[in-house]
Amino acid sequence: MSTQTGAIPEVASFVFTPDYLAQAQAVIAKYPAGRQASAVMPLLDLAQRQMASDKSGGWLPRVAMDYIADMLDMPAIRVYEVATFYTMYKTRPVGKHHVEICTNLPCWLRGSDKIVAACEKATGIKLGETSADGMFTLSHAECLGACVNAPMIQIGDDYFEDLDETSTASILSELKLGNKPKTGSQIGRKTCEPASGLTSLTEPTKGRGA
Amino acid sequence: MPKITIDDIELEVEPGLTVLQACELAGKEVPRFCYHERLSVAGNCRMCLVEMEKAPKPIASCAMPVGEGMKIKTDSEMVKKARHGVMEFLLINHPLDCPICDQGGECDLQDQAMGYGFDRSRYLEMKRAVDDKYLGPLVKTEMTRCIHCTRCVRFATEVAGVPELGATGRGETMEITTYVEKALSSELSGNIIDLCPVGALTSKPYAFVARPWELKKTESIDVTDALGSNIRIDARGPEILRVLPRVNEDVNEEWLSDKARFSYDGLLRQRLDKPYVRRDGKLRPATWEEAFAAIVARLANVSGNKIAAIAGDLADCESMFALKSLMTSLGSTNIDCRQDGAAVGEGSRSGYLFNSGVAGIEQADAILLVGTNPRTEAAVLNARIRKRFLSGKAKIAVIGPDADFTYKYQSLGANPPVLSDIASGSHAFAETLKKASKPMIIVGSGALARADGAAVLAAARAVADSCGLIKDGWNGFNVLQRAASRVGGLDLGFIPGAGGKGTKAILDGASSGEIEVVYLLGADEIDTKRLGKAFVIYQGHHGDAGAARADVILPGAAYTEKDGTYVNTEGRVQRALRAVFPVGDARDDWAILRALSERLGKKLPFDTIEAVQTLMAKAVPHLGNVDETTPASWGAFGTAGTITGGDFTYPVDNYYMTDAIGRASITMAKCITEILGQGTPRTGTHG
Repeated sequence: MSTQTGAIPEVASFVFTPDYLAQAQAVIAKYPAGRQASAVMPLLDLAQRQMASDKSGGWLPRVAMDYIADMLDMPAIRVYEVATFYTMYKTRPVGKHHVEICTNLPCWLRGSDKIVAACEKATGIKLGETSADGMFTLSHAECLGACVNAPMIQIGDDYFEDLDETSTASILSELKLGNKPKTGSQIGRKTCEPASGLTSLTEPTKGRGA
Repeated sequence: MPKITIDDIELEVEPGLTVLQACELAGKEVPRFCYHERLSVAGNCRMCLVEMEKAPKPIASCAMPVGEGMKIKTDSEMVKKARHGVMEFLLINHPLDCPICDQGGECDLQDQAMGYGFDRSRYLEMKRAVDDKYLGPLVKTEMTRCIHCTRCVRFATEVAGVPELGATGRGETMEITTYVEKALSSELSGNIIDLCPVGALTSKPYAFVARPWELKKTESIDVTDALGSNIRIDARGPEILRVLPRVNEDVNEEWLSDKARFSYDGLLRQRLDKPYVRRDGKLRPATWEEAFAAIVARLANVSGNKIAAIAGDLADCESMFALKSLMTSLGSTNIDCRQDGAAVGEGSRSGYLFNSGVAGIEQADAILLVGTNPRTEAAVLNARIRKRFLSGKAKIAVIGPDADFTYKYQSLGANPPVLSDIASGSHAFAETLKKASKPMIIVGSGALARADGAAVLAAARAVADSCGLIKDGWNGFNVLQRAASRVGGLDLGFIPGAGGKGTKAILDGASSGEIEVVYLLGADEIDTKRLGKAFVIYQGHHGDAGAARADVILPGAAYTEKDGTYVNTEGRVQRALRAVFPVGDARDDWAILRALSERLGKKLPFDTIEAVQTLMAKAVPHLGNVDETTPASWGAFGTAGTITGGDFTYPVDNYYMTDAIGRASITMAKCITEILGQGTPRTGTHG
């Protein structure tokens, strides 16, 4: 990923813990014999999750990719190709909270520049950097498909939508304290309903299915 | 068969062809970068766009199968505009550093930009730059030039069978890389240089050496293995600057092994450029007259049966023919071209040939490899076996130690008696061979060079007979030779005559004093310590093991420096042409023998190479059929016996140094340290 820079630390070895191994085997079993390579993406995700710790978010060291290549009997380069193609796989260490700020057109029109500035202010780092305590990594993201609720950011597995500087700052300070901030829309709307309240389908449906 | 119209030319084509192939049949040129007829279709460069009637937009002809009634235009305004657009996109990030690029003058992008490029750029943005990758000592990279056609990735994965190259990242960050810093571990890696349509992958040893239009191009034959790959030698003045493959569908398709492509720098080092005569225990430079005089003096009063000759692995037919004629006139039958002592050559010609033909591999549906690792013994032939493997139509089994052949095989163990079990039908693989319509056995030259080689050969023959390998129009018995001279030598009968001694007996005789004079024609892979007190005449081009032991050295020509005939492992007679002249005082090998024969008073009856070739064709008629194979009839060979030796081993430990040229090559030495790793034995072969 272009936004990730810095040296890649050496990781001596990687094996799945029994817990993760069981999950991996369940994934592999979904595919017919000889087609195990299809399981590469879920396995990379599992490996990345296993690598997560209190001090850093999960990432994929080379040994983990080699381990998965071995497990699925496929050439290592094919695993590297997959892992480097998708932005969700991190090939370098990231902070415990990986803050990905959408800067594509709809979010940008709705003020993503301000969100970036708010994130940089709250964390004290610039886009593409990781904080010294390993708590945050900031990166920009391409469209994450939540344009109705722009601007938005993704932190780990969660979306935070309808942001402004204040809500962004409070989400990040909550995270810093170890709390779990509310996910989804920050202005109280339900998923992607109109921001100004429902304009149609305001009454209960009648007839079949009611 | 679908009918298709291409620019008003109507033609019927095979179903399953692509539109691009159909266009070529119609004689229309379609530009392309990613498409290559020997690789899978990628369809990512978009340069081959053509217009198809009723299609809303241009189609990529390389990826579109022909259909009934298609109307294709390759020259319309739409096509031109589309290709101009694609070219403009390709050049967005291409550095246009042609003046300092080694591909300049033979670059697909350069050529096609002449046809489809704009004369100026409309972009003001910065171009992207990509870190160069390390791919080993042979392939130089300049990855900023890469246009991501992925030919190299597909070649490594499909043909070479070493899936080490890939495309990481995506969009603007996509890079062709091995991801981990390592040299490509293929014996065919040089081919990606030819495949690369731009200057991203170029030859490391040839970097900044010459421009293609400065080179004199000579069509020749490779001698680094017994496949006889067709090559083009590019030279400037007296120096060979590079070696490239020529297309020959029956032999090497269009591939070339790294040893054949890169060991040419060995032709400049360790060369014998003047005659030497040993005086007071030291080799001292001499004139031709002095060298000949020394030989004449030593040979006086030595009876024929005390003289012997061994021909090496790189010898051409003409020089072996001349040497054999000379030995005959001296009354000696102690001649042998099998310096490894392999038990081939006695009996029928079919007993030492690759009878199915190299192209026959593509029809075989069961292949049994016996004591051979073709990957190191004939890398390009191995690619053909892999091709057959990928088609899924051949079952491959190996009798020999486990190794990475680049394809999956059934291991039958390394123990030779398995062969007898298959022959008797008690082994399960016998059934596979019997059921196959075109079964094939490939016996390695290493397996025949064992002490019990004759018994191995007989056992292999028994398999051929009992499992139905020989049938109408198909001979599935194959010996994979690994010396370029071997089949030619055996065809010429360069083996002991009546009462004569073979290589082993010659060495024994020399140790015991029974043989007084040994003539080595480029023979370096023998145990020279066992030559005892014999007077050794070494005729060859490199100061290798043979020359070090010699009493008289006659400097000969390397394969690039003489016209010569070579017969490859399938019995194909091919002629190499002189690309440069021999170094210093060195001479053509046949001419040296002719001159020496006159001094000895046994003047050989020829004065030109044509005369040698005519006489040779008279003695062995099929040697006159250049570029052809003459099928051998199925006759008797091999000596039935018990196989006493242990497990099979593969003869080549060190792929890069199997001959005197490779051992003198710095490029090959780098390959050993960077690809094979330190500690690889310096000589490539056992014994």
